[in-house]
Amino acid sequence: MGERAKTGLSIAAAVIAGGAFAILFLELEAQWAVAVLAAATVAGLAAFRFSGANARIDRAAARHPRAAFALALATVAVVAAVLHEAHFALLMLATVALYTTTCFGLTLQFGHAGIVNFAGAAFFGIGCYATAILTTHTAIPHLLVIPLAGLVAALIGSILILPILRTRGHYAALITIAFGILFKTFLEVNDALGGPQGLKVPALDLFGWSFNDPIRIGEEFEGSFYLNYVILSVALAALAWVIVNRVEKSWLGLSFDAVRLDETAASVFGIDIARWKILAFSLGNLLAGMAGAVYAMMTGFIAPTSFTFGDSLILVSIVILGGLGNLLGVIPAALLLLVLPEKLQMIQEYRFLLYAVLVIAILLFRPHGLLPRRLRAYFPAKDAA
Amino acid sequence: MSAPVLQARGLTVRFGGLTALNALDLALEEGEILGLIGPNGSGKTTFFNAVTGLYKPAAGTVEVGERNVTGASPQQVCAAGIARTFQRSRLCLPLSVFDNLMVGNHRRLRLGLWANLVQRSVLRHEYDENVTVAHGLLATFSAPLAQRLFDPVSALPMIDRRRVEICRALIGRPRILLLDEPSAGMTHDETRELMDDLLAARSQLPSLSIILIEHEMGLIERATQRCAVLNYGEKICEGPYRDVAANEQVRKAYLGED
Repeated sequence: MGERAKTGLSIAAAVIAGGAFAILFLELEAQWAVAVLAAATVAGLAAFRFSGANARIDRAAARHPRAAFALALATVAVVAAVLHEAHFALLMLATVALYTTTCFGLTLQFGHAGIVNFAGAAFFGIGCYATAILTTHTAIPHLLVIPLAGLVAALIGSILILPILRTRGHYAALITIAFGILFKTFLEVNDALGGPQGLKVPALDLFGWSFNDPIRIGEEFEGSFYLNYVILSVALAALAWVIVNRVEKSWLGLSFDAVRLDETAASVFGIDIARWKILAFSLGNLLAGMAGAVYAMMTGFIAPTSFTFGDSLILVSIVILGGLGNLLGVIPAALLLLVLPEKLQMIQEYRFLLYAVLVIAILLFRPHGLLPRRLRAYFPAKDAA
Repeated sequence: MSAPVLQARGLTVRFGGLTALNALDLALEEGEILGLIGPNGSGKTTFFNAVTGLYKPAAGTVEVGERNVTGASPQQVCAAGIARTFQRSRLCLPLSVFDNLMVGNHRRLRLGLWANLVQRSVLRHEYDENVTVAHGLLATFSAPLAQRLFDPVSALPMIDRRRVEICRALIGRPRILLLDEPSAGMTHDETRELMDDLLAARSQLPSLSIILIEHEMGLIERATQRCAVLNYGEKICEGPYRDVAANEQVRKAYLGED
């Protein structure tokens, strides 16, 4: 078999396996089936690794990033089409896409520029509340509300960056923790923002067409209204991927890395530490805020309890588990951390214990995460073959 | 003689009650290599840190050419044309050799959002140019190292890391290079090799002025035109290496009183 055919075959295998896995993972309800799937996953991952398929897929994706990106989107489209009537599975899928978007932002902040943000859920929440207010009190088109909500999150973040710039390491992390807690408390006592009861958010309205109406194509196909939000969320995640990926593979990403790794050396070579930290922090919060906006419209209701410190911790765990600084790793990590607790209903309260043990085990045996970050390649390698 | 490229007058640095650098006067001529020697803790690195803006001097001035950079930020000092290396290597270990060199060339890169995110073909062109420059510069030091442009620095041996650090300082085309003990942690042979490389690279940059901190006296004798000796933060002697080495005070500072 030729090298090219082998490469093509392994990519096809990756796409089919990934898609089938996502469908099964999201759809399966029976607990024995979930257990079988978990065992099959471990075996499948091992088989992929030892057959050399992993390395082959890696190389192919590095050479043809656009093709890989299009294939990944096509796979998600197929998964969503197969699940078009499963409300809960689609809700999970959209939530994974929105958390992934937020975690792309956190990757910029934490993985690249070195600013640990333990208030990720707060910035996501700012996006939600900004959306609730803008959609109820103004006539701004809903599609425009999404970037506006992101801007509001970035602006509030630019106030928080001031004390962060004056501190380093753990102290900067403490500031973000304090902000996250402050944000939730502020929401709870503020009657204009609904207090502990929260606020209602109207469904996204796209030029007169409500996203809460199911999709109909002809007579046969009728999709859950969540399908609309899956499409929007995945589109947002894809946009975030393109932005953060381009940032990393440019002088901007280099500047972030230099700031994270050695502020002293960076400043001696003329790198403006504050400028890069502000840029990374704002861009990351912009993405979190935009994801929050879509989330608010999808769920139709937001309350302070959705934006706790615990939620921020989940976001940071996703980023670390995926492989700090690696965008691709965020996707399986988000899928795992968000969907697994839902699927492990059989062991009831113990499921969070198991889930915590899993996270600890992965970090113990793979300290650099599921997919460790690689060296920067500014442009795809020219195909030698 | 023309005006010095670097002039420190009465430069004083204090840490609480400790005076690490006391009223130091030092001038560096264009194209000169000046050796800065003295026992441990005599204030050599403190001088570098004060010049490059990492420490704020308590008194005195620093001028680069006509420009007063006393108390300026490290970024402003860099813009004035000073680059340096560190005694304990401060490279970005997980990054590639190329990325480390680009940190040194940061001031020349196009750093706008639009330029980096949207104009990818312009970026590609700029990137290709920089790869050529980085490759060429590394090759003047070591041809095998130039082949490893896209290896992580953490995979390199000590001598190659030193080379990368010196290239990172040189790639921004500074007027003044401050070398803080380039031989630290290397064998005699490696040190000699590195110095040969450095002198060879320098012969292509005749106007570059260098201050070299070094404990390896053979190196100082070979490379420098002039030396200044520090002890307890004060300059105790200045002149060509042979005169300095014969000086009674210098011998006492290094070997102690009898």
